[in-house]
Amino acid sequence: MTYELPDLPYDYDALEPAIDARIMELHHDKHHQGYVDGANSALEKLQSMREGGDFGDIKGVERNLAFNLSGHVNHTVFWRNMSPDGGGEPGGELADAIEERFGSFDGFKRHFSEAAKGVEGSGWGMLLYDHLGDQMIVGIAENHQNQTPQGTTPLLVLDVWEHAYYLQYENNRGEYVDNFWDVVNWDDVAQRYDDCKGRTIQ
Amino acid sequence: MSQELPPLPYDYDALEPSISEQVLTWHHDTHHQGYVNGWNSAEETLAENRESGDFGSSGSAIRNVTHNGCGHILHDLFWQNMGPEGGDEPTGALADRIEEDFGSYDAWKGEFEAAAKNASGWALLVYDSFSNQLRNLVVDKHDQGALWGSHPILALDVWEHSYYYDYGPARGDFIDAFFEVVDWEEPSRRYEQAVEIFE
Repeated sequence: MTYELPDLPYDYDALEPAIDARIMELHHDKHHQGYVDGANSALEKLQSMREGGDFGDIKGVERNLAFNLSGHVNHTVFWRNMSPDGGGEPGGELADAIEERFGSFDGFKRHFSEAAKGVEGSGWGMLLYDHLGDQMIVGIAENHQNQTPQGTTPLLVLDVWEHAYYLQYENNRGEYVDNFWDVVNWDDVAQRYDDCKGRTIQ
Repeated sequence: MSQELPPLPYDYDALEPSISEQVLTWHHDTHHQGYVNGWNSAEETLAENRESGDFGSSGSAIRNVTHNGCGHILHDLFWQNMGPEGGDEPTGALADRIEEDFGSYDAWKGEFEAAAKNASGWALLVYDSFSNQLRNLVVDKHDQGALWGSHPILALDVWEHSYYYDYGPARGDFIDAFFEVVDWEEPSRRYEQAVEIFE
């Protein structure tokens, strides 16, 4: 299959004032598109390698696939994780599971925020579903794919690459992370949790 | 020893239009300062742990030394290898060595630009003291992609904080603009020093 850039589920300015329209436009139209193109290009090269039998640059192409496809996955989830009607706290089963796993919603929020603020360089703060432990964990991804535990599915992700906030927040990543909570779409996170729950790997 | 942030060797607006006064101010005063602080703080943790005999946090403090230390070292060079009078090609012994090790200045520059486009940290021209030659490196963050025994000669910061405010996603334009202000005096000095020590 060929990957395609999904439309944003809202207007560029819909998340203001948490994230301004210019950032959303560049972020979606340029950066995310770049990862989609990069993933497709890597897949094409792998196809050519299989057909031609020359796997000379296999390491470089696999590296590009991991980077760009992970970039595509993370951004696809990120857009849907946010909404102009977002904010507040989760409800239902997700709320119970967060409380059970992290002690309280505030405990989770603090943990996730500190992880996002603490990313060295470009990367993501992530709430992940761990299919081996059948439980949620908080993780940090550097770039898009590095130091991610295997066998996990992203439920809630926060992009802390500088392109995600610099034009609006300058070097103040902390304020960006704090404002992110105002636009989190908990319905989307709950749906993702529901899709993962109980689906374990042996 | 405690690390200190050296002042920029020129005014904050000296590299315009290649790098804006605003970007240089943030970059030097907050980002670079942060690495200096981070390095000092990690050293303090290590010293305290050695004194108390509890080494629980020493592993991650050593990582913090590497991350922040490399951040400080590379920014320190980056400021010095640019200047308002820059924009020329290298001359003298370094120019000859670039031609010898890369074939030509243009071949070196093409490879260095490719490194800068590939990195999520830095493109570096280094003197590799193991092989006794110059080479380009792709560095992620400040410390990933290093080659042991290599000494940075020329550094180009391609973290997004280095250009995003001026160029948005157009990193290629920033790389072109860097060559308008590159100053080869410090790289030449470092190269000659490396040759003296290692050859």
